[in-house]
Amino acid sequence: MAETLFKPGHTACAGCGQAIGARLVLDTAGKNTIICNNTGCLEVFSTKYPESSWSVPFIHSLFENCSAVASGVEAALRFLGKKDSINVIAQAGDGGTADIGLQALSGMLERGHDVLFVCYDNEAYMNTGIQRSGLTPTLTNTTTTPTGSASTGNPRPKKPMPEIANAHGIPYVATASVGFPLDIQKKVKKALSIKGPKYMQIHVPCPLGWQHESNKTFEVAKLAVETGLYPLFEYENGQLIPRKIAVLKPVEEYLKTQGRFKHLLKNPEAMKQVQDIADANIKKYGLKAEV
Amino acid sequence: MQGHMTSKPGSSTANKTGSWRVEQKPKYLQKDCIACRMCVLACPEGIVTGEGKNTFHCDLAYCKGCGLCAAICPKKDIEMVPEIEKK
Repeated sequence: MAETLFKPGHTACAGCGQAIGARLVLDTAGKNTIICNNTGCLEVFSTKYPESSWSVPFIHSLFENCSAVASGVEAALRFLGKKDSINVIAQAGDGGTADIGLQALSGMLERGHDVLFVCYDNEAYMNTGIQRSGLTPTLTNTTTTPTGSASTGNPRPKKPMPEIANAHGIPYVATASVGFPLDIQKKVKKALSIKGPKYMQIHVPCPLGWQHESNKTFEVAKLAVETGLYPLFEYENGQLIPRKIAVLKPVEEYLKTQGRFKHLLKNPEAMKQVQDIADANIKKYGLKAEV
Repeated sequence: MQGHMTSKPGSSTANKTGSWRVEQKPKYLQKDCIACRMCVLACPEGIVTGEGKNTFHCDLAYCKGCGLCAAICPKKDIEMVPEIEKK
């Protein structure tokens, strides 16, 4: 077995979904890869000075500009005539993608750089203490959208980042989930075989922020997909290819696994609101498998 | 070097995170293993290794005891056992 390129000894929490996702992406991309990273959990836990978990060239500059740095790296490789043999991957958490890094990301997609952008979506700013981000789902309890008598959590919907990326007219957009590791490997391989800017969003559970046991990471990630709350699909040149689900589950099964949705369990009205979001996803992306 | 910091690739292996484990550690029974490699894919640390059936094991020097390998094993061939065996 080839040893992993993402070395142990990093300081991710036990059961971290992001560490699994990052390792799967890097090992699939192989050693001829240059990683540009935004600030975020991933950068902090994998590069605790003077150590680094990455066995490949890795650069971190600021919170917002990994896409700009990756664009520069790609342009330099192209000038040197080496781009065909080297993959450039830009990666960020959900805050570094949808909020802080969106401008640089949009620029990179629009200029057509041959870079794969990977967003590890753990649905809040976990590194700084679970603050709400643009990708936090509706009615989630975070430290900046606390629940109580006057609030049922985050009032705003999740930002449709894959749609925003797809609207740039790029050749490949995909969503994936660590609940389906083989699917991640397949999609990374496919993305790297395509020339041009690619966007990938991977759903990565965070035991700390989502308040579930560390051994439930896969269970939670799978349920998010099976309830329709985290649809898995690809856009190949704008053409939608959904991953169909054989048995769709009610959202309650997903919500009850996590402490961040605890307040919804006794609130049928809010539960209905979340089920409506799942139903809208199922309809929009055609997730239901026809038997 | 001023302005930026660099470190050697893969140097985090100096940090033995196995000391983080508090309650439980995984035990690879190596009895009913079908070599599906799910434990290899599931480990957040990437420390599970093995080739064929009944050869998989993990490096306890880095294992944080999250229990994901035991939870994902389809054959229940990985067990979480107490860190210190009670007498």
